[in-house]
Amino acid sequence: MIHVENLTKKFDDFTAVDGVSFDVAAGEIFAFLGPNGAGKTTTIKILTTLLSPTSGKLEIDGLDPTRHQHEVRKRFGIVFQDPSLDQELTAMENMDIHGALYHVPGKIRRERSELLLKTFELWDKKDAFVKTFSGGMRRRLEIARGLLHTPKILFLDEPTLGLDPQSRNQLWTQVKYLNQHEGVTVFLTTHYMDEAERVASRIAIIDHGRIVAIGTAQELKDKTQKPSLEEAFLALTGTALRDESSNAAERMRQMARMWRR
Amino acid sequence: MGVIYVLWLRELRRYTRSRVQIVASLGQPMLYLFVLGFGLGAVFKQAGRGSYLQFVAPGIIAMTVLFTSTFSGIALLWDRQFGFLKETLVAPVSRFQIMLGRTCGAATVAMIQGMVVAIICFAAGFRPTDVTMLPVAFVFLALTALVFAAMGTAIGASLKDMQGFQMVMNFIVMPIYFMSGAIYPLDHLPAALTIATRLDPLTYGIDGLRATLISQPHFNMTIDAIVLIVSALVLVSLGAWRFSKIEA
Repeated sequence: MIHVENLTKKFDDFTAVDGVSFDVAAGEIFAFLGPNGAGKTTTIKILTTLLSPTSGKLEIDGLDPTRHQHEVRKRFGIVFQDPSLDQELTAMENMDIHGALYHVPGKIRRERSELLLKTFELWDKKDAFVKTFSGGMRRRLEIARGLLHTPKILFLDEPTLGLDPQSRNQLWTQVKYLNQHEGVTVFLTTHYMDEAERVASRIAIIDHGRIVAIGTAQELKDKTQKPSLEEAFLALTGTALRDESSNAAERMRQMARMWRR
Repeated sequence: MGVIYVLWLRELRRYTRSRVQIVASLGQPMLYLFVLGFGLGAVFKQAGRGSYLQFVAPGIIAMTVLFTSTFSGIALLWDRQFGFLKETLVAPVSRFQIMLGRTCGAATVAMIQGMVVAIICFAAGFRPTDVTMLPVAFVFLALTALVFAAMGTAIGASLKDMQGFQMVMNFIVMPIYFMSGAIYPLDHLPAALTIATRLDPLTYGIDGLRATLISQPHFNMTIDAIVLIVSALVLVSLGAWRFSKIEA
């Protein structure tokens, strides 16, 4: 479903993604695990046509995202690291706009919105403004919205960041349910080991833009001869702290946090 | 078409729901209207130019349109990082449609705001000289709104973070306002200011409004309309180009 070969992305003199290769099979839940600044988000942005790669070969459902942008876009749904809902609109209005953007016919749009909002336990809140939602509800709505146009792949970029354990648990249960019932392939990034171990069929550990190991959680533990995934992860990526330099996006993120309260 | 329509509708919904913002954004034009309109009235009359309130009202209406449309364009910057823009950028629709939907939405909101201020001006004593010209005035209002909504989109798509906002305010928006003849007549100006006013698209928007509302054009309606249409085409193209360059 996803095929990546020697993907490289350079920003001026900084190499964010450095010769990454991997494959994700249809129906799989695949996790990208890595420290801050490892290149997880950059990879997702390239796969979802938001950035163009410096070099490398890409295929999403057999199509090249750099050449068949619109065709590829119809095939995936995405939940970004930063929120992308319109808070001044209701849950249903957000779903409706998404349906219009993806040319989902009215009848199907209504039926599927109902199904998804019920699955994610948001149906009672469909006419409430998103700004009144908790963090967990917003995330669930974003996932429901991303699935409205029946994509083949769902990209989740750190979907559980800042959620409490209850919300995280519920979110993954629902994502697993949809993976089983609709056969949607899931590509996720996270830095919570337990999540990756619990939901992902395979995990790729990425550091400094390179994949350092790839396999099931058990394979990674065997490879490093560590009892837990966390220890395996530290053995593979080292214990040095990653200080991301602050960029424009990060400064805006700080400002947004300031204005939220 | 459907895409442009939903994005246009979104801007309108957001506007009608933010009542506090509507009221807040009326503060500045009202201050200008009352302080300038009544403050400079006596001097203006002594200079033999008639009622300053009559003269300045079209300028205040245009100012409202300028501020509202550029700001909603610049709001794009915020939307890009923490909002809904990314959702539209990964959708299987062209960037041009997204840009057009947003820009038309911003322009429509600015027009409504402009009309609210027009009503306030009317309440303050402003009287259009020829009621039959009101539909034409409306067209000038719409063109002005489109020009600056497109400009706002172009700016919003080019900025990296909020720090640039103050620069835009001080070096683009305020000069456009003060060099437009919104608050002073365009004749007998020093040469440099004459050139500046001629280069400012807002000058022609205001002149169009003065031509239709108080029958006192400096140029004439045809010239005003042509300049505005050309500016709109240029700025929409510029906005579309800048918008197509956004990397999320």
